[in-house]
Amino acid sequence: MAFRWKNNLTHADVTPEPIWLNRRAVLAGMAGAGALGGSVAAQESLEPNTWEEITTYNNFYEFGTGKSDPADNAGDMVTDGWEITIDGMVDNPGTFSLADLTADMTMEERLYRFRCVEAWSMVIPWNGFELADLLNKAGVQSGATHVAFETAVLPDVMPGVRRRVIEFPYVEGLRLDEAMHPLTIMATGVYDRPLANQSGAPIRLVVPWKYGFKSIKSIVRITLTDEQPKTSWNDINAREYGFYSNVNPEVDHPRWSQASERVIGGGLFAARQDTLMFNGYPEVASLYDGMDLSVEF
Amino acid sequence: MSAVIDTLNAALRKVPAWSLYILLTLPIPYLFYSAATGGMGVEPINALEREMGELGLKLIILGLAITPLRKYLKLNLLKFRRAIGVMAFVYVAVHLGIWVVLDMSLRFEQMWSDIWKRPYITIGMVAFLGMIPLAVTSNNLSLRKMGAAAWRKLHKLVYPIAVLGGVHYIMVQKVWEVEPMVFLAVILALLATRIKWATKARTAPGV
Repeated sequence: MAFRWKNNLTHADVTPEPIWLNRRAVLAGMAGAGALGGSVAAQESLEPNTWEEITTYNNFYEFGTGKSDPADNAGDMVTDGWEITIDGMVDNPGTFSLADLTADMTMEERLYRFRCVEAWSMVIPWNGFELADLLNKAGVQSGATHVAFETAVLPDVMPGVRRRVIEFPYVEGLRLDEAMHPLTIMATGVYDRPLANQSGAPIRLVVPWKYGFKSIKSIVRITLTDEQPKTSWNDINAREYGFYSNVNPEVDHPRWSQASERVIGGGLFAARQDTLMFNGYPEVASLYDGMDLSVEF
Repeated sequence: MSAVIDTLNAALRKVPAWSLYILLTLPIPYLFYSAATGGMGVEPINALEREMGELGLKLIILGLAITPLRKYLKLNLLKFRRAIGVMAFVYVAVHLGIWVVLDMSLRFEQMWSDIWKRPYITIGMVAFLGMIPLAVTSNNLSLRKMGAAAWRKLHKLVYPIAVLGGVHYIMVQKVWEVEPMVFLAVILALLATRIKWATKARTAPGV
Protein backbone atom coordinates (compact mmCIF):
# COMPACT_ATOMS: atom_id res chain seq x y z
CA MET A 1 0.00 0.00 0.00
CA ALA A 2 2.10 2.86 -1.31
CA PHE A 3 -0.58 5.46 -0.70
CA ARG A 4 -4.08 5.61 0.64
CA TRP A 5 -6.75 6.55 -1.85
CA LYS A 6 -8.96 9.31 -0.58
CA ASN A 7 -12.23 10.66 -1.82
CA ASN A 8 -14.64 13.35 -0.84
CA LEU A 9 -17.55 11.03 -0.35
CA THR A 10 -18.39 9.53 2.99
CA HIS A 11 -20.17 6.36 3.91
CA ALA A 12 -23.26 8.48 4.44
CA ASP A 13 -23.44 9.23 0.76
CA VAL A 14 -23.67 5.64 -0.37
CA THR A 15 -24.99 3.62 2.50
CA PRO A 16 -28.46 3.58 4.05
CA GLU A 17 -28.27 5.49 7.27
CA PRO A 18 -28.89 2.64 9.76
CA ILE A 19 -26.03 0.66 8.28
CA TRP A 20 -23.90 3.79 8.19
CA LEU A 21 -24.65 4.42 11.85
CA ASN A 22 -23.64 0.86 12.56
CA ARG A 23 -20.40 1.39 10.65
CA ARG A 24 -19.77 4.52 12.67
CA ALA A 25 -20.34 2.48 15.78
CA VAL A 26 -17.59 0.15 14.63
CA LEU A 27 -15.28 3.11 14.31
CA ALA A 28 -16.55 4.60 17.52
CA GLY A 29 -13.25 4.19 19.20
CA MET A 30 -12.02 7.28 17.41
CA ALA A 31 -11.87 10.23 19.74
CA GLY A 32 -14.01 13.13 18.69
CA ALA A 33 -16.35 11.08 16.54
CA GLY A 34 -19.67 12.82 16.07
CA ALA A 35 -22.65 12.05 18.26
CA LEU A 36 -24.03 9.29 16.09
CA GLY A 37 -25.86 6.39 17.65
CA GLY A 38 -25.80 5.02 21.15
CA SER A 39 -22.45 3.33 20.94
CA VAL A 40 -20.76 6.53 19.82
CA ALA A 41 -22.45 8.49 22.57
CA ALA A 42 -21.21 5.91 25.06
CA GLN A 43 -17.70 6.33 23.69
CA GLU A 44 -17.91 10.08 23.97
CA SER A 45 -18.69 9.82 27.65
CA LEU A 46 -15.44 7.96 28.20
CA GLU A 47 -13.04 9.86 30.37
CA PRO A 48 -9.47 8.88 29.56
CA ASN A 49 -7.13 7.96 32.38
CA THR A 50 -4.17 10.22 33.01
CA TRP A 51 -0.73 9.57 31.49
CA GLU A 52 0.49 8.86 35.02
CA GLU A 53 -2.20 6.25 35.65
CA ILE A 54 -1.61 4.63 32.27
CA THR A 55 2.15 4.41 32.79
CA THR A 56 2.48 3.47 36.47
CA TYR A 57 0.01 0.58 36.82
CA ASN A 58 1.06 -2.09 34.37
CA ASN A 59 1.41 -5.79 33.82
CA PHE A 60 4.56 -6.48 31.82
CA TYR A 61 6.07 -9.59 33.40
CA GLU A 62 9.35 -9.17 31.52
CA PHE A 63 9.98 -6.32 33.94
CA GLY A 64 8.51 -7.94 37.05
CA THR A 65 5.14 -9.07 38.37
CA GLY A 66 4.32 -6.07 40.57
CA LYS A 67 2.13 -3.34 39.11
CA SER A 68 4.85 -0.69 39.51
CA ASP A 69 7.72 -2.98 38.42
CA PRO A 70 7.40 -2.15 34.70
CA ALA A 71 7.55 1.61 35.36
CA ASP A 72 10.49 1.08 37.71
CA ASN A 73 12.45 -1.32 35.50
CA ALA A 74 11.60 -0.69 31.85
CA GLY A 75 13.63 2.50 31.47
CA ASP A 76 16.74 0.73 30.18
CA MET A 77 15.04 -0.89 27.21
CA VAL A 78 16.36 0.75 24.03
CA THR A 79 13.71 1.05 21.34
CA ASP A 80 15.77 3.01 18.79
CA GLY A 81 16.40 0.91 15.72
CA TRP A 82 13.58 -1.49 16.60
CA GLU A 83 12.87 -4.10 13.98
CA ILE A 84 9.88 -6.32 13.41
CA THR A 85 9.93 -9.57 11.49
CA ILE A 86 6.84 -10.44 9.50
CA ASP A 87 6.88 -14.02 8.34
CA GLY A 88 4.87 -17.14 7.77
CA MET A 89 2.08 -17.17 5.20
CA VAL A 90 2.64 -13.71 3.73
CA ASP A 91 3.63 -12.55 0.25
CA ASN A 92 6.16 -10.03 1.53
CA PRO A 93 8.02 -11.52 4.46
CA GLY A 94 11.03 -9.82 5.95
CA THR A 95 12.49 -7.85 8.80
CA PHE A 96 11.54 -4.21 8.76
CA SER A 97 12.49 -1.15 10.71
CA LEU A 98 9.64 0.31 12.68
CA ALA A 99 9.92 3.52 10.69
CA ASP A 100 9.55 1.68 7.36
CA LEU A 101 6.69 -0.35 8.68
CA THR A 102 4.64 2.56 9.95
CA ALA A 103 5.58 5.13 7.29
CA ASP A 104 2.54 4.62 5.11
CA MET A 105 0.06 3.63 7.78
CA THR A 106 -2.85 5.91 8.61
CA MET A 107 -2.36 7.07 12.19
CA GLU A 108 -5.47 7.65 14.26
CA GLU A 109 -6.36 8.30 17.85
CA ARG A 110 -8.60 5.66 19.37
CA LEU A 111 -10.15 6.15 22.78
CA TYR A 112 -10.65 2.60 24.01
CA ARG A 113 -11.71 0.90 27.18
CA PHE A 114 -8.98 -1.41 28.45
CA ARG A 115 -10.10 -4.25 30.71
CA CYS A 116 -7.59 -6.43 32.53
CA VAL A 117 -8.42 -10.05 33.37
CA GLU A 118 -7.67 -9.05 36.98
CA ALA A 119 -10.95 -7.07 36.95
CA TRP A 120 -9.58 -3.56 36.72
CA SER A 121 -9.95 -1.19 33.81
CA MET A 122 -8.75 2.05 32.29
CA VAL A 123 -9.68 4.24 29.34
CA ILE A 124 -6.72 4.91 27.07
CA PRO A 125 -6.28 7.34 24.17
CA TRP A 126 -4.12 5.21 21.88
CA ASN A 127 -2.39 6.43 18.75
CA GLY A 128 -1.96 3.80 16.13
CA PHE A 129 -3.16 2.22 12.93
CA GLU A 130 -5.37 -0.67 11.98
CA LEU A 131 -3.60 -4.01 12.01
CA ALA A 132 -5.62 -4.90 8.91
CA ASP A 133 -3.70 -2.26 6.94
CA LEU A 134 -0.39 -3.79 7.96
CA LEU A 135 -1.56 -7.32 7.17
CA ASN A 136 -2.85 -6.23 3.79
CA LYS A 137 0.50 -4.62 3.09
CA ALA A 138 2.27 -7.83 4.04
CA GLY A 139 -0.05 -9.76 1.75
CA VAL A 140 -1.81 -12.49 3.71
CA GLN A 141 -1.82 -15.71 1.72
CA SER A 142 -5.01 -17.69 1.32
CA GLY A 143 -5.08 -20.51 3.80
CA ALA A 144 -3.74 -18.40 6.65
CA THR A 145 -6.18 -18.52 9.56
CA HIS A 146 -4.32 -17.01 12.52
CA VAL A 147 -1.80 -14.33 13.43
CA ALA A 148 0.88 -15.01 16.06
CA PHE A 149 2.79 -12.28 17.90
CA GLU A 150 5.98 -12.35 19.92
CA THR A 151 7.41 -9.91 22.49
CA ALA A 152 11.08 -8.96 22.63
CA VAL A 153 13.27 -10.98 25.01
CA LEU A 154 16.05 -8.75 26.35
CA PRO A 155 17.45 -10.42 29.47
CA ASP A 156 20.03 -7.65 29.96
CA VAL A 157 17.32 -5.09 30.66
CA MET A 158 14.42 -7.35 31.69
CA PRO A 159 14.72 -8.61 35.28
CA GLY A 160 11.55 -10.68 34.92
CA VAL A 161 13.12 -12.56 32.02
CA ARG A 162 16.19 -13.29 34.13
CA ARG A 163 13.98 -14.57 36.97
CA ARG A 164 11.95 -16.60 34.44
CA VAL A 165 8.66 -15.88 36.20
CA ILE A 166 6.92 -17.33 33.14
CA GLU A 167 8.22 -18.84 29.93
CA PHE A 168 9.59 -16.23 27.54
CA PRO A 169 9.20 -14.97 24.87
CA TYR A 170 5.67 -13.91 25.68
CA VAL A 171 3.50 -14.96 22.77
CA GLU A 172 -0.05 -14.10 21.79
CA GLY A 173 -2.35 -14.73 18.89
CA LEU A 174 -5.59 -13.87 17.18
CA ARG A 175 -7.79 -15.55 14.65
CA LEU A 176 -7.35 -13.82 11.28
CA ASP A 177 -10.84 -12.29 11.31
CA GLU A 178 -10.19 -10.85 14.77
CA ALA A 179 -6.88 -9.44 13.58
CA MET A 180 -8.54 -7.89 10.51
CA HIS A 181 -11.35 -6.30 12.52
CA PRO A 182 -11.28 -2.50 12.32
CA LEU A 183 -11.20 -2.21 16.11
CA THR A 184 -7.89 -4.08 16.25
CA ILE A 185 -5.00 -1.66 16.12
CA MET A 186 -1.26 -1.54 16.44
CA ALA A 187 -0.50 1.26 18.88
CA THR A 188 2.66 3.34 18.85
CA GLY A 189 1.55 6.08 21.21
CA VAL A 190 -0.68 7.35 23.97
CA TYR A 191 -1.82 10.97 24.25
CA ASP A 192 0.13 11.73 21.04
CA ARG A 193 3.34 10.77 22.80
CA PRO A 194 5.38 7.68 21.93
CA LEU A 195 4.47 4.68 24.06
CA ALA A 196 6.26 4.50 27.38
CA ASN A 197 8.49 1.43 27.57
CA GLN A 198 6.24 -0.07 30.26
CA SER A 199 3.25 0.41 27.96
CA GLY A 200 4.87 -1.75 25.28
CA ALA A 201 7.13 0.60 23.35
CA PRO A 202 7.72 1.01 20.55
CA ILE A 203 4.74 -0.89 19.13
CA ARG A 204 2.06 -3.10 20.59
CA LEU A 205 -1.23 -4.71 19.77
CA VAL A 206 -4.54 -3.38 21.14
CA VAL A 207 -7.63 -5.58 20.98
CA PRO A 208 -10.16 -3.65 23.04
CA TRP A 209 -12.84 -6.33 23.40
CA LYS A 210 -10.40 -8.85 24.90
CA TYR A 211 -8.64 -8.98 28.26
CA GLY A 212 -5.54 -6.82 28.33
CA PHE A 213 -3.03 -9.65 28.21
CA LYS A 214 -4.08 -10.40 24.63
CA SER A 215 -2.79 -6.95 23.65
CA ILE A 216 0.84 -8.05 23.48
CA LYS A 217 3.55 -5.47 24.05
CA SER A 218 6.89 -4.56 22.43
CA ILE A 219 6.32 -6.77 19.40
CA VAL A 220 9.28 -8.15 17.45
CA ARG A 221 7.54 -10.78 15.31
CA ILE A 222 4.24 -11.20 13.53
CA THR A 223 3.64 -14.60 11.94
CA LEU A 224 0.75 -15.66 9.74
CA THR A 225 -0.13 -19.31 10.21
CA ASP A 226 -2.79 -21.87 9.41
CA GLU A 227 -3.16 -23.10 12.98
CA GLN A 228 -4.11 -21.63 16.32
CA PRO A 229 -0.85 -20.35 17.79
CA LYS A 230 0.38 -20.96 21.31
CA THR A 231 -0.49 -18.07 23.64
CA SER A 232 1.37 -17.44 26.89
CA TRP A 233 -1.38 -17.31 29.51
CA ASN A 234 -3.30 -20.14 27.91
CA ASP A 235 -0.09 -22.14 28.07
CA ILE A 236 0.51 -21.26 31.73
CA ASN A 237 -3.01 -22.12 32.88
CA ALA A 238 -5.53 -23.15 30.23
CA ARG A 239 -8.32 -23.55 32.77
CA GLU A 240 -8.07 -19.89 33.74
CA TYR A 241 -7.07 -18.23 30.46
CA GLY A 242 -8.65 -19.27 27.19
CA PHE A 243 -7.32 -18.58 23.70
CA TYR A 244 -10.12 -16.11 22.99
CA SER A 245 -10.24 -14.34 26.36
CA ASN A 246 -13.04 -12.04 25.26
CA VAL A 247 -14.22 -9.75 28.02
CA ASN A 248 -17.36 -11.50 29.23
CA PRO A 249 -19.12 -10.62 32.50
CA GLU A 250 -20.98 -13.94 32.41
CA VAL A 251 -17.92 -16.17 32.27
CA ASP A 252 -16.03 -15.97 35.54
CA HIS A 253 -12.34 -16.46 35.93
CA PRO A 254 -12.12 -19.58 38.13
CA ARG A 255 -10.72 -17.51 40.97
CA TRP A 256 -12.80 -14.35 40.67
CA SER A 257 -15.97 -13.00 39.15
CA GLN A 258 -15.70 -10.98 35.95
CA ALA A 259 -19.12 -9.37 36.46
CA SER A 260 -17.68 -6.09 37.65
CA GLU A 261 -14.47 -4.13 37.54
CA ARG A 262 -12.57 -1.47 39.41
CA VAL A 263 -11.79 1.63 37.38
CA ILE A 264 -8.23 2.80 37.93
CA GLY A 265 -7.92 6.39 39.06
CA GLY A 266 -11.11 6.57 41.09
CA GLY A 267 -9.18 6.71 44.35
CA LEU A 268 -10.08 4.96 47.56
CA PHE A 269 -13.84 5.37 47.48
CA ALA A 270 -14.79 4.84 43.83
CA ALA A 271 -17.43 2.16 43.39
CA ARG A 272 -16.95 -0.87 41.19
CA GLN A 273 -18.72 -0.75 37.84
CA ASP A 274 -20.44 -3.46 35.85
CA THR A 275 -18.36 -5.10 33.16
CA LEU A 276 -19.81 -4.86 29.67
CA MET A 277 -20.04 -7.77 27.24
CA PHE A 278 -17.08 -7.59 24.83
CA ASN A 279 -15.91 -4.70 27.04
CA GLY A 280 -18.60 -2.51 25.47
CA TYR A 281 -17.80 -3.31 21.82
CA PRO A 282 -20.87 -5.34 20.78
CA GLU A 283 -19.96 -4.90 17.11
CA VAL A 284 -17.52 -7.81 17.40
CA ALA A 285 -20.23 -10.26 18.48
CA SER A 286 -20.76 -11.55 14.95
CA LEU A 287 -17.16 -12.85 14.92
CA TYR A 288 -18.32 -15.47 17.39
CA ASP A 289 -21.64 -16.49 15.86
CA GLY A 290 -22.35 -20.12 16.59
CA MET A 291 -19.69 -20.39 19.28
CA ASP A 292 -20.46 -21.16 22.92
CA LEU A 293 -18.40 -18.47 24.62
CA SER A 294 -18.58 -20.22 27.98
CA VAL A 295 -16.74 -23.16 26.40
CA GLU A 296 -14.52 -21.24 23.97
CA PHE A 297 -13.72 -18.52 26.48
CA MET B 1 25.08 -14.73 73.06
CA SER B 2 23.29 -15.52 76.29
CA ALA B 3 24.46 -12.19 77.74
CA VAL B 4 22.79 -10.37 74.87
CA ILE B 5 19.61 -12.35 75.38
CA ASP B 6 19.67 -11.63 79.13
CA THR B 7 20.05 -7.90 78.50
CA LEU B 8 17.27 -8.04 75.93
CA ASN B 9 14.96 -9.92 78.29
CA ALA B 10 15.70 -7.43 81.06
CA ALA B 11 14.93 -4.50 78.77
CA LEU B 12 11.74 -6.11 77.49
CA ARG B 13 10.54 -6.68 81.06
CA LYS B 14 10.27 -2.91 81.38
CA VAL B 15 8.15 -2.53 78.23
CA PRO B 16 4.46 -2.75 79.08
CA ALA B 17 2.43 -5.06 76.84
CA TRP B 18 -0.24 -2.41 76.27
CA SER B 19 2.28 -0.24 74.43
CA LEU B 20 2.17 -2.81 71.65
CA TYR B 21 -1.53 -2.11 71.05
CA ILE B 22 -0.70 1.53 70.42
CA LEU B 23 2.42 0.85 68.39
CA LEU B 24 0.71 -1.71 66.15
CA THR B 25 -2.41 0.39 65.65
CA LEU B 26 -0.51 3.42 64.34
CA PRO B 27 0.29 1.94 60.88
CA ILE B 28 -3.43 1.53 60.13
CA PRO B 29 -4.39 5.22 59.92
CA TYR B 30 -1.01 5.95 58.34
CA LEU B 31 -1.60 3.41 55.56
CA PHE B 32 -5.14 4.69 54.92
CA TYR B 33 -3.78 8.22 54.73
CA SER B 34 -1.01 7.13 52.36
CA ALA B 35 -3.51 5.31 50.13
CA ALA B 36 -5.88 8.27 50.04
CA THR B 37 -3.13 10.74 49.14
CA GLY B 38 -1.47 8.81 46.32
CA GLY B 39 1.29 7.13 48.31
CA MET B 40 0.17 3.69 47.15
CA GLY B 41 -0.06 4.35 43.45
CA VAL B 42 -3.02 4.79 41.14
CA GLU B 43 -4.92 1.71 42.41
CA PRO B 44 -4.78 2.29 46.18
CA ILE B 45 -7.58 -0.10 47.13
CA ASN B 46 -5.82 -3.26 46.05
CA ALA B 47 -2.51 -2.03 47.47
CA LEU B 48 -4.10 -1.23 50.84
CA GLU B 49 -6.01 -4.50 50.92
CA ARG B 50 -2.82 -6.47 50.29
CA GLU B 51 -0.77 -4.48 52.77
CA MET B 52 -3.28 -5.11 55.59
CA GLY B 53 -3.49 -8.81 54.79
CA GLU B 54 0.29 -9.12 54.67
CA LEU B 55 0.73 -7.33 57.99
CA GLY B 56 -1.94 -9.55 59.56
CA LEU B 57 -0.10 -12.63 58.36
CA LYS B 58 3.23 -11.25 59.57
CA LEU B 59 1.77 -10.74 63.05
CA ILE B 60 0.39 -14.28 63.04
CA ILE B 61 3.89 -15.49 62.16
CA LEU B 62 5.42 -13.33 64.89
CA GLY B 63 2.94 -14.81 67.38
CA LEU B 64 3.88 -18.32 66.30
CA ALA B 65 7.58 -17.48 66.68
CA ILE B 66 7.33 -16.61 70.37
CA THR B 67 7.39 -20.14 71.72
CA PRO B 68 10.32 -21.35 69.57
CA LEU B 69 12.23 -18.13 70.35
CA ARG B 70 11.85 -18.88 74.04
CA LYS B 71 12.63 -22.53 73.62
CA TYR B 72 15.72 -22.20 71.45
CA LEU B 73 17.05 -18.68 72.12
CA LYS B 74 15.67 -18.18 75.63
CA LEU B 75 14.22 -14.90 74.40
CA ASN B 76 11.09 -14.20 76.40
CA LEU B 77 8.35 -12.36 74.50
CA LEU B 78 5.51 -14.26 76.11
CA LYS B 79 3.81 -11.27 77.64
CA PHE B 80 3.46 -9.65 74.20
CA ARG B 81 1.78 -12.65 72.59
CA ARG B 82 -1.78 -11.64 73.38
CA ALA B 83 -1.34 -8.12 71.98
CA ILE B 84 0.29 -9.54 68.84
CA GLY B 85 -2.54 -12.02 68.37
CA VAL B 86 -5.28 -9.46 68.92
CA MET B 87 -3.60 -7.01 66.54
CA ALA B 88 -3.21 -9.77 63.92
CA PHE B 89 -6.99 -10.18 64.14
CA VAL B 90 -7.46 -6.41 63.80
CA TYR B 91 -5.34 -6.30 60.62
CA VAL B 92 -7.11 -9.29 59.11
CA ALA B 93 -10.48 -7.71 59.97
CA VAL B 94 -9.42 -4.44 58.32
CA HIS B 95 -8.19 -6.46 55.30
CA LEU B 96 -11.63 -8.09 55.08
CA GLY B 97 -13.39 -4.75 55.64
CA ILE B 98 -11.45 -3.18 52.75
CA TRP B 99 -12.49 -6.08 50.51
CA VAL B 100 -16.17 -5.77 51.49
CA VAL B 101 -16.53 -1.98 51.44
CA LEU B 102 -13.86 -0.50 49.17
CA ASP B 103 -12.94 -3.33 46.80
CA MET B 104 -16.32 -5.01 46.29
CA SER B 105 -18.40 -1.86 46.91
CA LEU B 106 -20.82 -3.84 49.10
CA ARG B 107 -21.89 -6.04 46.19
CA PHE B 108 -23.06 -8.72 48.58
CA GLU B 109 -24.47 -11.02 45.94
CA GLN B 110 -21.16 -11.13 44.08
CA MET B 111 -19.22 -11.49 47.33
CA TRP B 112 -21.43 -14.32 48.50
CA SER B 113 -20.91 -16.27 45.28
CA ASP B 114 -17.19 -15.45 45.40
CA ILE B 115 -16.91 -16.86 48.93
CA TRP B 116 -18.48 -20.14 47.84
CA LYS B 117 -17.00 -20.45 44.36
CA ARG B 118 -13.43 -19.19 44.81
CA PRO B 119 -11.31 -21.50 46.96
CA TYR B 120 -8.83 -18.76 47.91
CA ILE B 121 -11.62 -16.55 49.19
CA THR B 122 -13.28 -19.52 50.94
CA ILE B 123 -9.98 -20.33 52.62
CA GLY B 124 -9.41 -16.71 53.65
CA MET B 125 -12.92 -16.48 55.06
CA VAL B 126 -12.55 -19.72 57.02
CA ALA B 127 -9.28 -18.44 58.48
CA PHE B 128 -10.97 -15.18 59.51
CA LEU B 129 -13.92 -16.97 61.12
CA GLY B 130 -11.46 -19.16 62.99
CA MET B 131 -9.79 -16.07 64.41
CA ILE B 132 -13.00 -14.72 65.93
CA PRO B 133 -13.20 -17.10 68.92
CA LEU B 134 -9.52 -16.47 69.59
CA ALA B 135 -9.95 -12.70 69.56
CA VAL B 136 -13.10 -12.86 71.70
CA THR B 137 -11.40 -14.99 74.36
CA SER B 138 -8.18 -12.98 74.46
CA ASN B 139 -8.87 -11.54 77.90
CA ASN B 140 -8.29 -12.63 81.49
CA LEU B 141 -11.95 -13.17 82.23
CA SER B 142 -12.31 -15.72 79.42
CA LEU B 143 -9.10 -17.41 80.49
CA ARG B 144 -10.42 -17.75 84.06
CA LYS B 145 -13.87 -18.89 83.02
CA MET B 146 -12.63 -21.43 80.50
CA GLY B 147 -9.76 -22.73 82.57
CA ALA B 148 -6.17 -22.62 81.35
CA ALA B 149 -6.20 -26.07 79.73
CA ALA B 150 -9.33 -25.51 77.66
CA TRP B 151 -8.21 -22.00 76.76
CA ARG B 152 -4.83 -23.24 75.55
CA LYS B 153 -6.50 -25.98 73.56
CA LEU B 154 -8.80 -23.48 71.85
CA HIS B 155 -5.93 -21.18 71.00
CA LYS B 156 -4.11 -23.95 69.17
CA LEU B 157 -6.66 -23.10 66.49
CA VAL B 158 -4.10 -20.54 65.38
CA TYR B 159 -2.02 -23.37 63.84
CA PRO B 160 -4.50 -24.28 61.08
CA ILE B 161 -5.43 -20.60 60.73
CA ALA B 162 -1.82 -19.69 59.99
CA VAL B 163 -1.57 -22.41 57.35
CA LEU B 164 -4.85 -21.31 55.73
CA GLY B 165 -3.63 -17.72 55.73
CA GLY B 166 -0.37 -18.72 54.04
CA VAL B 167 -2.20 -20.79 51.42
CA HIS B 168 -4.67 -17.94 50.83
CA TYR B 169 -1.73 -15.59 50.17
CA ILE B 170 -0.15 -17.97 47.65
CA MET B 171 -3.45 -18.53 45.83
CA VAL B 172 -4.16 -14.83 45.37
CA GLN B 173 -1.18 -14.55 42.99
CA LYS B 174 -1.47 -15.21 39.27
CA VAL B 175 1.83 -17.09 39.17
CA TRP B 176 3.98 -18.83 41.79
CA GLU B 177 5.52 -15.84 43.56
CA VAL B 178 8.48 -16.32 45.88
CA GLU B 179 7.39 -14.13 48.80
CA PRO B 180 4.10 -15.89 49.62
CA MET B 181 5.88 -19.23 49.46
CA VAL B 182 8.50 -17.96 51.90
CA PHE B 183 5.66 -16.94 54.23
CA LEU B 184 4.12 -20.42 54.12
CA ALA B 185 7.52 -22.08 54.54
CA VAL B 186 8.19 -19.99 57.67
CA ILE B 187 4.74 -20.85 59.04
CA LEU B 188 5.31 -24.56 58.45
CA ALA B 189 8.79 -24.37 59.99
CA LEU B 190 7.43 -22.63 63.10
CA LEU B 191 4.72 -25.26 63.41
CA ALA B 192 7.30 -28.02 62.93
CA THR B 193 9.19 -26.82 66.02
CA ARG B 194 6.09 -27.80 68.00
CA ILE B 195 6.04 -31.40 66.87
CA LYS B 196 6.86 -33.64 69.77
CA TRP B 197 9.19 -36.15 68.20
CA ALA B 198 8.71 -39.49 69.94
CA THR B 199 12.40 -40.29 69.98
CA LYS B 200 13.56 -36.92 71.25
CA ALA B 201 13.78 -36.40 74.98
CA ARG B 202 11.73 -33.43 76.08
CA THR B 203 13.75 -30.83 77.97
CA ALA B 204 11.62 -27.70 77.94
CA PRO B 205 7.87 -27.56 78.39
CA GLY B 206 7.19 -26.03 74.98
CA VAL B 207 3.62 -25.17 74.14
